[in-house]
Amino acid sequence: MSRNARRVFGGVTLVLLAITAVLALWVSPADKEQGDAMRLLYLHVPTAWLAYLAFFVTALASALWLWPRTRSTTWDLLAGASAEVGVLFTGLMLMLGSLWGRPIWGTWWEWDARLTTTAVLFFLYLGYLALRRTADTSEQRGKRCAIAALIAFADVPIVHFSVNWWQTLHQTGTVFNPKLDVQIHGTMAVTLLLSVLSFTMLYVCLTLSRLRLAELEEGREQRELELAIAERIAAEHPEPAVTV
Amino acid sequence: MSILREARLVAAKDLRIERRSRVALQQIVPFGVIVLVLFAFAIDPDRGLLPRLAPGLFWAALLLASILAVNRSFAVEEANGARDGLRLSGLDGAAIFLGKAAAIAAELALLELVLGVGVIVLYDVTPRNALVLFLTAVAATIALAATGTVYGIVAAGLRVRETLVPLLVLPAVTPVMLGATRAFESALGGVPSEAWPWVQLLGACAVLSVIVGVLAFGPLLEES
Repeated sequence: MSRNARRVFGGVTLVLLAITAVLALWVSPADKEQGDAMRLLYLHVPTAWLAYLAFFVTALASALWLWPRTRSTTWDLLAGASAEVGVLFTGLMLMLGSLWGRPIWGTWWEWDARLTTTAVLFFLYLGYLALRRTADTSEQRGKRCAIAALIAFADVPIVHFSVNWWQTLHQTGTVFNPKLDVQIHGTMAVTLLLSVLSFTMLYVCLTLSRLRLAELEEGREQRELELAIAERIAAEHPEPAVTV
Repeated sequence: MSILREARLVAAKDLRIERRSRVALQQIVPFGVIVLVLFAFAIDPDRGLLPRLAPGLFWAALLLASILAVNRSFAVEEANGARDGLRLSGLDGAAIFLGKAAAIAAELALLELVLGVGVIVLYDVTPRNALVLFLTAVAATIALAATGTVYGIVAAGLRVRETLVPLLVLPAVTPVMLGATRAFESALGGVPSEAWPWVQLLGACAVLSVIVGVLAFGPLLEES
């Protein structure tokens, strides 16, 4: 994306986010049962969707990096950028869910299958990011990060399955029913949809910016070295003055 | 040389080092037992909670100790360029994986025996349904050892290896911890037939982690 296109895209994203905020906070009505707490869902749902999308992109980019024909540094950097944004959104999702759960379920945390899986997901990718930080360049990171990303991604369904099973075999007795499928009011539906759209655009913005930053970091040392060599050569062999 | 024979060579090497250095016996096993004792401090033993919580505490202690075993298994190859030697040995990557995982599994099995006696003596647990307990332990041990070995080589050679391995391994083995705890609970106090789905889950985890290791270890070793 060119610089201008990025700016326009970022601007549109900001405007949409602002509209979403107005719709979510003032225009859409409070929920009949949940009251104003329901408004948190306008943030919670998009962050959840983006967390999964981000980790999917990480896995896909890692696979593309591992595949010899499509190997390119960009894929490795994209995997890292997307995972960072994904961890951010996963953390937000857990926090927002917790804030919502306190008034609605009466508890900050419930050992429900989805919550538990998400918490494990968060730690899996924290580990992945920690692994990425052990090396400065894509060359050094190489296979271990790509393989670790794929293993983490493959582990998620198994974790979800086992946790789900744990909860069905050992019912804790708490009535947990998020009932998101209750009829959603017209304005509410529009707000949620717009929220998902604007946050997805935000994800694209953040990931692209992070990717650009990573690309700049990646070449920095090499460029600094070349610059230093050029300076040294220029100092030792001064160019003859150009005569017109 | 067949893969299994190569794997046996690697496992024998690792176990020989452990037999001579006695790190597993004199440090990792006592660590596991100390964790069991600490749990008893954390939970008031008088309320009769310990026997009920024993399955979870047993596996938590084992999991923590298994991190030490994994770190140890890769620490022995840090010095004197031993990992380069392993890489240049011409042994198949899959065989090296199987060998190292088998050595860790053997150490974990020893630890399980000690911790098993520990929960019987310290937590007042009466063993029942030996077959369920045995199969659970076998499947969980293979899954833990294989997953640990994969992440061990992922982190091998890094300066932060010792702190990174737990962060990578512990979330990844959530299903093993859950499955093994529930299976032990069913065998010891609940309905034994409820243990079978968990044993099957553990079996699937064991098979999957071994497959991942066999496929990924070679490339990861080259890179490390």
